[in-house]
Amino acid sequence: MSAVPKSRDKPKTRFATPSGIEVPEVVSADMIAERDPGPPAQYPFTRGIFADGYRGRPWTIRQYSGFGSAEESNRRYRFLLEQGQTGLSVALDLPTQCGYDPDHPMARPEVGKVGVSLFSLAEMETLFAGIDLGAISTSFTINGTAAILYAMYLAAADRKGVPRDQLTGTIQNDILKEYVARGTWIFPVRPSLRLIADTILYSNEVSPRFNAISIAGAHVRDAGCTAVEEMAYTLANGLAYVDELIRRGGDVARFARRLSFFFYVHMDLFEEACKFRAGRRLWARLLRGRYGVSDDKALHFRFGVVCGGSSLVAAQPYNNVVRVAIENVAAVLGGAQSIFTCAYDEAFQIPTEFSAELALRTQQIVQHEAGVAATVDPLGGSYYVEWLTERMEQAMVEVMREIDDYGGVVKAIEDGWLQRRIAARAREKKDATDRGERVVVGQNRYRRAEQAESYGEVFRLDPAIAGRVLEKHANLKRSRDNAKVARTLQALEAAARGDKDNLMPLLVDCCHAYATVGEMVERLKRCWGEFQEPVRL
Amino acid sequence: MSAAADAPLAGKRILVAKPGLDGHDAGAKVVALALRDAGAEVIYTGLRKSPDFIVRTAVDEDVAAVGLSILSGSHSELAREVIEGLRAAGAGDIPVFVGGTIPPEDREPLLAAGVKGVYTNDTPLAQMIEDLARKLH
Repeated sequence: MSAVPKSRDKPKTRFATPSGIEVPEVVSADMIAERDPGPPAQYPFTRGIFADGYRGRPWTIRQYSGFGSAEESNRRYRFLLEQGQTGLSVALDLPTQCGYDPDHPMARPEVGKVGVSLFSLAEMETLFAGIDLGAISTSFTINGTAAILYAMYLAAADRKGVPRDQLTGTIQNDILKEYVARGTWIFPVRPSLRLIADTILYSNEVSPRFNAISIAGAHVRDAGCTAVEEMAYTLANGLAYVDELIRRGGDVARFARRLSFFFYVHMDLFEEACKFRAGRRLWARLLRGRYGVSDDKALHFRFGVVCGGSSLVAAQPYNNVVRVAIENVAAVLGGAQSIFTCAYDEAFQIPTEFSAELALRTQQIVQHEAGVAATVDPLGGSYYVEWLTERMEQAMVEVMREIDDYGGVVKAIEDGWLQRRIAARAREKKDATDRGERVVVGQNRYRRAEQAESYGEVFRLDPAIAGRVLEKHANLKRSRDNAKVARTLQALEAAARGDKDNLMPLLVDCCHAYATVGEMVERLKRCWGEFQEPVRL
Repeated sequence: MSAAADAPLAGKRILVAKPGLDGHDAGAKVVALALRDAGAEVIYTGLRKSPDFIVRTAVDEDVAAVGLSILSGSHSELAREVIEGLRAAGAGDIPVFVGGTIPPEDREPLLAAGVKGVYTNDTPLAQMIEDLARKLH
């Protein structure tokens, strides 16, 4: 490695955050409109939603995991719980996410790959064997089939004798961003919105401590958009759900208490911390301004985060441990309620037990050793932080206005407008990386000719797992009461053809009868068809 | 939009496809846009296409190359199915390229299975285009 600085290391003359906000050399008090952000737990909640910050309740350490069949994942969950993890986060395989049974031709190469296969209640029961659903909070990254997985979770609790009102946890259930970035959509936009309203309204009644939606910016961020756009698109989607729920007769002061959010944390520490401070107060302002919400709890912007994702780099992979630690600190300074730290190899494979433990220890070090959670919003009142919070909030409002001008998020998604915007942004980011303007240590700067590109131990999924899943699926179809399955599916289809009934109780009946995810989705497709993706670039 | 005749991929029709259920399309779209800027005529399939569909489209559209974008870990199976499908359709001369989250250990086996090039997130676009232009000549 050369010790001589290369010419491209010349001093920077322009300083901007990754969102493109020009950063002044020094920020002074007179550059900030709202110099005093006010106390925490008071509108507009710039400094957080709790008066005692993390003292009363530390953030939930919630590592995302799941792979193979329910048996393997159950073993990994028990390991993580024994190691001090405080919430479960279930990764589902793509067939379960896209509504295919494991024996479907599209499903077979993907069974158990990026998450666990949960094709019926029987698998859910195995997944949570020996785990008290009344004592643990469980998050499911599930969208297209969220209503079905939530129904399955309720049915699993029923079977274990755990009262539904004791259940805590989250289903992601944010379909709008799936159309834009993550791609596990199934039905067209409008029936999907109906299904989401069904889950939220039903959950408010039967499992009031459960978050039936986690409106997510994480995936559009990972697809290339900036921190400002991530928050703006997410809040715009949030407002679309609020409008739908109100149209369905929901009481905003009630359901807004259970809306939660989910974001990525990437590498610019101050921009990330300020993104959350700005988003938190903007959401409160929007709910109060547009809908007259006054109840504090309904105005609370509660969010989980993931540190890592596309900010992780394959080159010199151990550097990712450092990146994740910095992002973890940013999340805490921004006031996250739950945090998932990616393992350093997460972007390239299912983490090994070693890398998964290291990611968990990172959070525990930040929580117990770094002192960042001792006082509420330790950055509050900093000239730069208050200035940047303000600038980011303004920029978010501007992006939301562009969406409104276009005709709202639903139209922007159906037309592919938002998708094209994000693709263009991803291209800009890639070009800036290729040119070296966006520095990625180990990849486009400080790269060694002979550097190892391997990340040590490689996780290999047992190739026999898919076969075992298929066998369990075939056995289930033989052993269950198929007449009961047919009856419950018929009732589901009849209700889906109309627009009066909430479909949740019918889905719970289907799950109790051991109908499969693929069977339920097939019935709903008959009624609603499938989303037609706009593919124009 | 007409690209200059001396653009590196001028006159090449390239299919960019998302096989399987993986929904991460940022990489596929970035590549498609870059290929277009390099003069290629790009056909993008959109998400969730079966290997059969991709083979049929490649043959019907008489493309010069197929690019598969896979981030779900299923690259080995899916690439093999597309290559075999093209051969079975008498179009084994259409080269197949793979992009996405490909562990370094899987690169050689993919090439041995008939894939003509493997590109990942950290491959500069210019380098990918140069490599393609060389291999498609």
